[in-house]
Amino acid sequence: MTWRRTAAAVVAGTTTALALVACGEEGAGVDGAAEPGATTATACTAGEPTYGETDEEVAAQEVDDEALVVYSGRNEDLVGPALEQFTASTGIEVSVRYGGTPGITAQLLEEGDASPADVVITQDAGAFGALHQAGCLAPLPAATTERVAEEFRADGGDWAPLTGRARVVSYNTDLVTPDEVPTTLEELVDPAVASRLGVAPTNASFLAFVTAVRVLEGDEAAEDLLTGLAEGGAQTFEGNGDLVEAVADGRVDMGLLNHYYLYELQAERGADQVPVVNAYAEDGGPLSLVNVSGAAVHTSTDRADDALALVDHLLSDEAQAYFAQETNEYPMVDGAPEPADAPQLADVRAPALDLDDLASLRETQALVDASGLS
Amino acid sequence: MLASRADPAVLGAVLARPRTLELLLVTVALAAVVTAACLVVGVGTAWLLERTDLRGRRAWAVLAVLPLAVPSYVMAYTWVSALPGTAGFGGAALVLTLSCSPYVVLPVAASLRGLDPAPEEAARSLGLGPGAVALRVVLPQVRPAAASGGLLVAVYVLSDFGAVAIMRQETLTRSIATGLGSSFDRTPAVVLSLLLVALTVLVVTGESRSRAGTRYARLGPGSARTARPARLGRAGAPAAAALGLVAAAGLGLPLASIVGWLVVGRSGGLDGERLLAALGGSVGLAVGGAVLTTLAALPVGVLLARRGGRLARLLEAAVFTGHGVPSVVVALSLVFLTVRYLPAVYLTAPVVVVAYAVLFLPMAVGAVRASVAQSAPVLEDVARSLGRRPEQVLREVTVPLAAPGVAAGAALVLLSGMKELTATLMLHPTGTTTLALALWDETATRSYAAAAPYAAAVVLVSALPALLLGQHGRRRAGPPAGTAPGPSGGAA
Repeated sequence: MTWRRTAAAVVAGTTTALALVACGEEGAGVDGAAEPGATTATACTAGEPTYGETDEEVAAQEVDDEALVVYSGRNEDLVGPALEQFTASTGIEVSVRYGGTPGITAQLLEEGDASPADVVITQDAGAFGALHQAGCLAPLPAATTERVAEEFRADGGDWAPLTGRARVVSYNTDLVTPDEVPTTLEELVDPAVASRLGVAPTNASFLAFVTAVRVLEGDEAAEDLLTGLAEGGAQTFEGNGDLVEAVADGRVDMGLLNHYYLYELQAERGADQVPVVNAYAEDGGPLSLVNVSGAAVHTSTDRADDALALVDHLLSDEAQAYFAQETNEYPMVDGAPEPADAPQLADVRAPALDLDDLASLRETQALVDASGLS
Repeated sequence: MLASRADPAVLGAVLARPRTLELLLVTVALAAVVTAACLVVGVGTAWLLERTDLRGRRAWAVLAVLPLAVPSYVMAYTWVSALPGTAGFGGAALVLTLSCSPYVVLPVAASLRGLDPAPEEAARSLGLGPGAVALRVVLPQVRPAAASGGLLVAVYVLSDFGAVAIMRQETLTRSIATGLGSSFDRTPAVVLSLLLVALTVLVVTGESRSRAGTRYARLGPGSARTARPARLGRAGAPAAAALGLVAAAGLGLPLASIVGWLVVGRSGGLDGERLLAALGGSVGLAVGGAVLTTLAALPVGVLLARRGGRLARLLEAAVFTGHGVPSVVVALSLVFLTVRYLPAVYLTAPVVVVAYAVLFLPMAVGAVRASVAQSAPVLEDVARSLGRRPEQVLREVTVPLAAPGVAAGAALVLLSGMKELTATLMLHPTGTTTLALALWDETATRSYAAAAPYAAAVVLVSALPALLLGQHGRRRAGPPAGTAPGPSGGAA
């Protein structure tokens, strides 16, 4: 019978080791915890890639053997066509891993220097903040970063915003009149409004919004907002998509959302089947926040030139026009055509805010946890 | 290991937060409620299916297992869309009960099939009615199977993310996943994961203590017949109605929603090639996972059934730990291990298969253990006394006797692998897709009509193992396990 016991012991040992590794490795992030504001320990060895100096022989071999690896925290529906454009115009094959921004970011932090990723695409400035702090993003040349409108450039210079996503209040026109729509934080927490409002409090875009309130108006204002929403009886939803559907179906009167969710739902159901309108605050305050999706080159890339070429392509007029038309998000390059149905980006009056500051999510998460909103 | 790397102050701070205690209590309460509900629904269903003259039992058997084929996030989503009021603790408990009751139905039904009907006949001859026989004679005998199913349910609830997230019910696992995802801060996740592991170990130990000192196999001579079904008589209609209600809630509503997506949505236009690729990916990974998991579960399950003691309890707790930890944590630790120590296999199919084995091993182990516990150890002793080597005894006596349970375990793993999303998303080979991944991709952008074929395919493909399982149990015409002489036990 000894072989049975041995086999069992091996299984037990492996499982326990795996569990311990999970715990121990997760614990790696703890080292940085004493440092206020740190979201993670360094995962990558920061280094400057040498754009334009790749050994031609090596480059040729790699291009033949394998594709450029892209980690995308955005869906295939949203970025796939833009990546196909890139392959069509450059001949560089692209191999994409799609996932949610949080999952992709966690995976990149776990992989560190061993990551196969050459290019990283996410839909949240906070995710880039975390990757930046971990040293996983390679600096981009000025020629690339300067293509982006000045107010949206990342201060660290190691990622490029691709599209803008405006915060709005989407409301059901059968249930809400335009003058009832809140345009300030005070109006949001008015119990008469909050009880009719839906939010997605675990969603990255909601956390980015609360972080913007903290950065612009202070922690206390953020606390007031969150307790006001919780005590006012705001309905909570798992995701922004669930929320916009609830607004369209009249299950909740209005929702705190990003502007393009309405367009996604219209595309699925037909515009006439969705009695919802977006209200923009347009006051330069946190309710006018424009968060961004973006792209970056990974420090561990062995194909810096191709990776940079892809980032440049995503900032090209062709790709920017695609994003504006097909995903209804705001282009980040000056002069690119804007989405047809939404107000001009200049009119949205995004607050003057360093988007890297949106990475301080730990404090925001603590406030949300304390408020009881879930 | 953790303590040496973690700042004890941070550890203490997270543990001391009032919110942590709140999460712990809610998580325990949810696990308790769902487990109790699943035991009632599952044992009741299994008894109706195996031991009564209920009409259409084959069809009911399939319907009772099929909710397993519906991913819990799809089921939660359809419920909360249809009845927004269900969000919260009640809704989470409802959806998890509907999703998980097959975990009890399958092992209990397999166990009932293998049960010697003699004690029941004796009880009936002494004047007990069918209900009393079920409660006082049958129920105690299926307790190991019910307990192993209930254990699976409890541990599943502890680690579930999809259903509780959509039902807006905060639990430890949801807090770990959202905390990891929203702030990229791993400290609270570590502490809460440890708490979850401790909770899982407690549940497993409690369950194995409750089994201690009992014996379930028929030991005496003689051979058993197939059990005579209890007559339901007038109780037949309400019994069928109850089964129908469970099937409608767990299967009807989700399927109706999937059809509704097609009718309402405009994102249709089926990409047949992609569907086929996703189907191939799902089947390949799930079958791989089922094979590896079953192979690993056999020795463990046999050991747990035949040997008690500290090693067995430790082993059992270790096996269940993988199931109790959120799959995102299991996936991240596999990323960590393979990237550093086996970079060649990182993002290849074998790692996904290993992840499935870690996540789903308890399902197979529970099934193997329960069915081995029902076969008499003396048969193995006899085989050994006849000169069979231990591995021959396992192959020729133990495994054949436990076959229905082993098959049930393999089918469970297959079904679970088919709808697994979190670990697959993180570990799948770049370029490979599965039905669950495609479903996730389409629903993330509200493209429900485009998502519908994938959702339907998940359910249809998963229906196949369920169907085979039901057939398998019924075709076994010979004497039930427990008394049947194994191929090498002819001298018994």
